[in-house]
Amino acid sequence: MSGDLRSGRIVIVGASLAGLRAAEALRDEGFTGSLTLVGDEPHLPYDRPPLSKQVLLGRARAEECGLPARRALQARWRLGVGAVGVDTAGKRVLLADGEQVPYDRLLIATGTRARPWPDPGEAALDGVFTVRTVGDASRLAERLDAGPRRVLVIGAGFTGSEIASACRERGLAVTVAERGRAPLIGALGGTVGAWATKLQLAHGVDLRCGVTVSALKGENGRLTGAEFSDGSRIDADVAVVALGAVRNTEWLADSGLAAGPRGVACDAGCRVFDMYGIVSDDVFVAGDVARFPHPLFEYQLIALEHWGNAVAQAEVAAHNMVSSGPHRRPHLSVPAFWSSQFGLNIKSVGVPTFSDQVVIAQGAPEERRLVAVYGYRGRVTAAVAVNRAKWLEHYQRLIETAAPFPPGPGAADFVDGSEPVPSDVPDPRVLSHGPTVALTGHLPDRRLTLLRPGG
Amino acid sequence: MRVVVDLNRCQGYAQCAFLAPRVFELHGDEALLYTPAVPAEQHERVLRAAAACPVQAIVVGEQAGAAGVR
Repeated sequence: MSGDLRSGRIVIVGASLAGLRAAEALRDEGFTGSLTLVGDEPHLPYDRPPLSKQVLLGRARAEECGLPARRALQARWRLGVGAVGVDTAGKRVLLADGEQVPYDRLLIATGTRARPWPDPGEAALDGVFTVRTVGDASRLAERLDAGPRRVLVIGAGFTGSEIASACRERGLAVTVAERGRAPLIGALGGTVGAWATKLQLAHGVDLRCGVTVSALKGENGRLTGAEFSDGSRIDADVAVVALGAVRNTEWLADSGLAAGPRGVACDAGCRVFDMYGIVSDDVFVAGDVARFPHPLFEYQLIALEHWGNAVAQAEVAAHNMVSSGPHRRPHLSVPAFWSSQFGLNIKSVGVPTFSDQVVIAQGAPEERRLVAVYGYRGRVTAAVAVNRAKWLEHYQRLIETAAPFPPGPGAADFVDGSEPVPSDVPDPRVLSHGPTVALTGHLPDRRLTLLRPGG
Repeated sequence: MRVVVDLNRCQGYAQCAFLAPRVFELHGDEALLYTPAVPAEQHERVLRAAAACPVQAIVVGEQAGAAGVR
């Protein structure tokens, strides 16, 4: 059986991080058949995290963020043409240029795209940007080089906060507008959100929380400013829309697969469910677009827009694509991500939104060093470190072993007497930006997913 | 040559920033910034930095999908 699985035709739709790493893992696992990578962007695979950091700081060019190859692939690359459908019965992927690519096994790795500004006329104004692709970041970096008088960042999730940080570091005036109560509150809850508020204010950000941008104003096709829901207005010549991401699943609408705005549902082995809930043996999914059950989070389906998840899940998917039943592996890695902003290294393990309480376990917020540990019903479920990266391995072990919350002392800078407080994770519907971690699962009391029609 | 750092793994040991300071730099106490496209004169330093990383977080290679590694 597994002899057969190492040959045949594998098609990977999506030629970014997950697609590339899956292709490499397939060859590492001994797959000798034909391998095709399909990508709608014309570029070879590139790394996105630098686009909102190094690139906007002017320390790297957007066009130079290509990903290194870990090995040669002997693959056919179909770049610059998107997939528009899949015929799961006939086992063919349909491309936008009319080509039909037959497969024996298919990997879906189409990721996400930036959620656009809802008003197309305002979105088309010169000076309005999103940041997701090489082209986006390149154009924005060029505009920042020109020294705009004020940059408006709409949405204070991680991407929006990183963009604001880069602008402040370049000495540009920045206004951040966020519908929620604080920056980062959607991913990290109210306690860390309150800390992030002080951080942004200390760095000179004109932070406006609890408001929405009601209109972007333009003159002769150029952005001139914005109006807020509280009636105030600002002049701005650049606006960056950081409203989160939309999963690229529209091309699967008629596929009969369990694909929708929340992602493509799969089992723990990355095998995609069809619309009847039957798991398929020849269609797999990995990366931002996947929605998978995780045992640490009560088997709720979760979707993670995380670099590390794309890599780990791609490797599990690739292994399972060339392995027969009992040799398949589950994707169980603990979610983890990082962000750098305002000179700080923010890292997270676990799922902070899967929590009811949080405690500042190490450091102190005013010291620009801290570890916040999150718990759910008395066990540790996540930890967020600011300039304390070396400690995360310890907390990851606590998460993996369902250690009791709050955690006991174990560090020199353990905060004695620090009391757990409610983690205060808001309903994502009150935020400007979409969640980067979406618990989309079965618990009726948790509505931690965000769906907006017309996005 | 391209470089990418798994910043989940990175713990800010900064060996890379000592060995190839024109490519790797700490931004603040422990946030790593790096130049993804490595200039030719830095190749050797970057290979040494990748080897020296205590958590082996640095991946170095030719541009994925380019001729030679397609």
